[in-house]
Amino acid sequence: MTWNWQTIWPLLVAIGIVLAVVPILGLYLTFIERKVAAWIQDRVGPNRVGPWGLLQAVADGIKIFLKEQVIPDHVFKTVYFFAPTIGLICAMLSLAVIPFGPANANPTEGFRAIIAPGVDIGILFVMGISSLSAYGIILGGWASNNKYSLYGAVRSCAQFVSYEIPLGLSLLGVIMITGSLNIEKIVAAQGDGIANWNLWWQPLAAIMFFTAALAETNRLPFDLPECEQELVGGFHTEYSGIKFVLFFLAEYTHVVAVCFLTALLFLGGWHFPGLTGAVDSSIGTYLLRWLVLLAKVGFVFAVIVQLRWTLPRFRFDQLMGLAWCGLIPLGLANFLGVVVVLSLGLPAWTLAPYSIGLLFFSAAINARQVTRRAKELAARSVVQSSVVAGVKRSGNVQAAS
Amino acid sequence: MSDAKNEATQPSPSPKKQVKWADPPQIGFMEALYLPAIAQGIATTVKHMVSGKSTTRQYPEVKPTIPANYRGVHRLNRDDKGRVKCVACFLCQTACPADCIKIEATATDKNDPEWKDRDKYPATFVIDELRCIYCGMCEEACPVDAIELTSIYDLTGLSREEMLFDKEKLLSVYDETLQAGHDPVRTRRGELGPASESASGAIPTKSKPEQTKGEARHG
Repeated sequence: MTWNWQTIWPLLVAIGIVLAVVPILGLYLTFIERKVAAWIQDRVGPNRVGPWGLLQAVADGIKIFLKEQVIPDHVFKTVYFFAPTIGLICAMLSLAVIPFGPANANPTEGFRAIIAPGVDIGILFVMGISSLSAYGIILGGWASNNKYSLYGAVRSCAQFVSYEIPLGLSLLGVIMITGSLNIEKIVAAQGDGIANWNLWWQPLAAIMFFTAALAETNRLPFDLPECEQELVGGFHTEYSGIKFVLFFLAEYTHVVAVCFLTALLFLGGWHFPGLTGAVDSSIGTYLLRWLVLLAKVGFVFAVIVQLRWTLPRFRFDQLMGLAWCGLIPLGLANFLGVVVVLSLGLPAWTLAPYSIGLLFFSAAINARQVTRRAKELAARSVVQSSVVAGVKRSGNVQAAS
Repeated sequence: MSDAKNEATQPSPSPKKQVKWADPPQIGFMEALYLPAIAQGIATTVKHMVSGKSTTRQYPEVKPTIPANYRGVHRLNRDDKGRVKCVACFLCQTACPADCIKIEATATDKNDPEWKDRDKYPATFVIDELRCIYCGMCEEACPVDAIELTSIYDLTGLSREEMLFDKEKLLSVYDETLQAGHDPVRTRRGELGPASESASGAIPTKSKPEQTKGEARHG
């Protein structure tokens, strides 16, 4: 690839779009989330600033930029200042290889809605960089020099370490079926009709990826690092003003990245029945494909918001249990299935019943274990109550004498 | 000895009843799948989201209907001649548990035909609205129904001095609330105290509060 104006202008345009759109998107996603939350809770939501409250996001942005920045005396200043920027930079960097619009698998043709087209380690890059954003949270929590923030940071640390594994395992199957880490190639491989979407071949992996990604973005029901009720905001307790916004923006950028990744890797990207095959040069279908992709991304975001107001927060042992006892074994079994299918040359559709069978099998084991545990506890409670009765009786004897 | 007494008065229940054991729930196959439960939850939230119902009241535009026995800002009533009805008997000031009413009484000029029916009237009548606990005991103590609590609830001010309501201010509250049609509930509903009877013998304003209230609402 030679460096000249023809190759650089699409790059600059793509960077400009990402840098300009993501912060605004972050503000408006907050607005959408507040509105949806209000509707779910039978309220109205923000409706005072502008028509239907549409300018609320702008007002929030102005307010929070003009806010006083309180810097407590007890913080470790250097790290305290850098932590939010680390978080945001890592979240933004992961968008570099994620196509935000239709892009050819062949990197030399036309405008591609992606900053770094044709990166052969695309998914690996996203995973690596986005998990670096844990540093933002961990350093922020540690530099705040506050026990609640530190708890948040430690929780975040454990959560990131645990959920990186199922996140990677769930993507392994997709990568192996496609035979590439390149995100554009993975999308192109799903181009021949709706039956080729990875969602049908890897339903379990899709659910696992979504779950693990929610945990990675610290969204409910996995928002233990910030956990308002227990940790007073967790890692961002000591942050205010624009530094808090950077954390906030990092989280929403992460959510956007997760929405795009889910749509691209499992929901067929910019393909839709009637819009199959490679990206062509016709501007009409190009825009239509863009709309299709954005609709899918919007759908995933809607599910994320809906889940936030549907599921209560996990307890920490449940969180760890879900990763280590649930998702990781399931991910390994799913990976094994893909290996067997690919090496024996079985048709790919066999993976779908395998995934669903695996899910049912794990549910059966889970039910059996929980029931056994309940029975054990019930038996122990009978033993303990008889012990208590004995103590009580001897106590009575002493009192009487 | 005391232990034995306790035993006699409080026979200890059986230990099974004393300790309440909560057995962990046993879950079936569908519960262990978790996904149906999540789908059920999402169905509930989506149902609420698309229902379009809202319990929000758009407050400054849509005011709530305040119940008639609400105890809000005080007012000093006027009699049929437009004078302050208060006879400066100090019963409200004495009854006030928050000590927020300050009255200075003056004797009336006996030569003035306007005042020949009254001995005293308040020269100043100040209520500290910030000190007041809105218990309504002044209203109950008043023998002439001169002081009443209205349904005005959104009382704000920028200084403490502003919240000291003097006689003129309290009378103006009466004028306002009379026009607004919010009639406070009287201690003795429909009838006023014996001292409030005017010189002509007629009961001054609104002898039947229900009626006036209804008229005000319809009008």
